[in-house]
Amino acid sequence: MIQAVFIEGLIYGIMVLGVFITFRILDFPDLTVDGSFPMGAAVMAVCLVSGIAPLWGLSLALLCGAAAGAVTALLHTGLKIPNLLAGILTMTMLYSVNLRIMGNKSNISLIKTDSVVKNVEKLFPGLPDGAAALILFIIIVLAIKLLLDLFFHTDMGLALGALGSNEQMIISQGMNPNHLKIIGVSLSNALVALSGAFAAQYMGYADVNLGQGIVVAGLASVMIGEFLIKSNNIMALTARVILGSIAYKAVMYAGRKYGYYVGLTPNDLKLITGVLIIFLIALSGFKKRGKNA
Amino acid sequence: MLKLEKISKTYSPGTVNEKRVLNGISLDVKNGDFITIIGSNGAGKSTLFNVIAGSAAPSSGKIIFEGRDVTKTPEYIRARSMGRIFQNPLLGTSGNMSLEDNMTICRKKGFKSLKISLNDKLREQFRAELSRLNMGLENRLKDNVELLSGGQRQALTLLMTAMSRPRLVLLDEHTAALDPDNSNRVMDLTLQLREEYSLTMMMVTHNMNHAIKYGNRLLMMDAGDIIFDVSGDEKKNLTMETLMEKFRSIRKDRIADDRLLLA
Ligand SMILES: Nc1ncnc2c1ncn2[C@@H]1O[C@H](COP(=O)(O)OP(=O)(O)OP(=O)(O)O)[C@@H](O)[C@H]1O
Ligand SMILES: [Mg+2]
Repeated sequence: MIQAVFIEGLIYGIMVLGVFITFRILDFPDLTVDGSFPMGAAVMAVCLVSGIAPLWGLSLALLCGAAAGAVTALLHTGLKIPNLLAGILTMTMLYSVNLRIMGNKSNISLIKTDSVVKNVEKLFPGLPDGAAALILFIIIVLAIKLLLDLFFHTDMGLALGALGSNEQMIISQGMNPNHLKIIGVSLSNALVALSGAFAAQYMGYADVNLGQGIVVAGLASVMIGEFLIKSNNIMALTARVILGSIAYKAVMYAGRKYGYYVGLTPNDLKLITGVLIIFLIALSGFKKRGKNA
Repeated sequence: MLKLEKISKTYSPGTVNEKRVLNGISLDVKNGDFITIIGSNGAGKSTLFNVIAGSAAPSSGKIIFEGRDVTKTPEYIRARSMGRIFQNPLLGTSGNMSLEDNMTICRKKGFKSLKISLNDKLREQFRAELSRLNMGLENRLKDNVELLSGGQRQALTLLMTAMSRPRLVLLDEHTAALDPDNSNRVMDLTLQLREEYSLTMMMVTHNMNHAIKYGNRLLMMDAGDIIFDVSGDEKKNLTMETLMEKFRSIRKDRIADDRLLLA
């Protein structure tokens, strides 16, 4: 079971990287995530069911996620809709879009289809159960992390990093902050959708309600990571996002497994997540006050 | 190089809060000019800069910059040939990024691509530039900018602004938030960079001595008007006494006018 915690932590870690980009780097609290995650799953599922090669499915999911992010960013920059509301609007619309993508079914099973995970497991038949998937996702997530690190070292990545803390500086340097916001939010949701696409393959189904509470889970993971490692280096920041995601999955697993000792049921997990976030915010606020005193 | 034609700015027009902040200002700035601007709080100095830079649109009037009408050009486009430094040292840099990252972003204006420009050669160049500040910053390329003092941060902003070779530099009380020592250092750096890059500058200041000592032209603003404009020899021979005298007499006229109007 410990394997499952790691695998899920890694898969959701891709989504958490997206949440980290919007919430922490861009200072753009983006709720599109609750819609773009199941969108990635839906696109992937439909592709697999209709026999399209998994790699194409992944690319398509990525693109759809980016498009969803672009819609939110455009609503915000073009129509001056507050970013929270823009995300909620896109997320709400995506619910219907996702149902359309899935041919008006709320659930698609992938038990009988091909998938990246299954293909890799077939490649290495000697490995114990779940080991192939674990190795696969370690490699994928590491590759994504390194690519992101590289991106944040480019001139554009650096500018994106400055945007969240000082928009005036970006304008003064002759860049349109709106363009950067569109790029950043699209990138974030591309990652989220990719995460959804992998999640669908790993779990063996796509469901239109897969995204419920995803953004909050992502935020909790980001905050746990921040609690684990203190740094300002982008390589450490992305690393702790993934560690945070794994730690969050571990907490949820513990909640499911041992929660009944204290009378908790799986229905209480969302409550636990919320309380966890509140607790972490209170704790970091408390620490800051201690420092200033 | 910069021409303002009857620029007016009214905030909240048509409401009870209507406020006329600029009163049909016309101004001709020549290449290489160093103009100092003084005036009491609320005179409209920052608003004038906002209008020139494009962060506020004038209610009426035209802005011609380098022969082109830029009245409707967005701020970020104008910023490609204008440098602007604010009173608040935090506005010019990103605090939670390192010096070298800040300098990579600010050394050149315009859209940033997926290129990785920061390398050892560029770092060497940054160090050389920073060492001119005599603040020891050349050894702190990896430090976050938020660790710097206000004076160091403002000096860095100034240096980066000069590096990007703007055609026009707008300084809005850029030494006001600093202690006297740092204020002098940043002012010296301002003059040095102006010399070296032959920058055209407009500088708002509350320091009368600076306004008199520096620049080839002085503007005094009051209630949205330029009420006093000296340049050339007259500016060179300007003293604090004559300036104060001028200010008082113009003020008196104004008050008399107002009385007349109200009577
Ligand atoms: N966005 C705004 N809305 C309404 N009024 C404004 C706005 N910005 C500035 N004002 C008003 O315009 C007037 C001029 O302000 P401005 O900032 O240009 O003055 P200033 O000459 O720079 O003063 P200071 O020396 O204090 O910096 C002030 O009365 C101010 O209250
Ligand atoms: Mg001002």
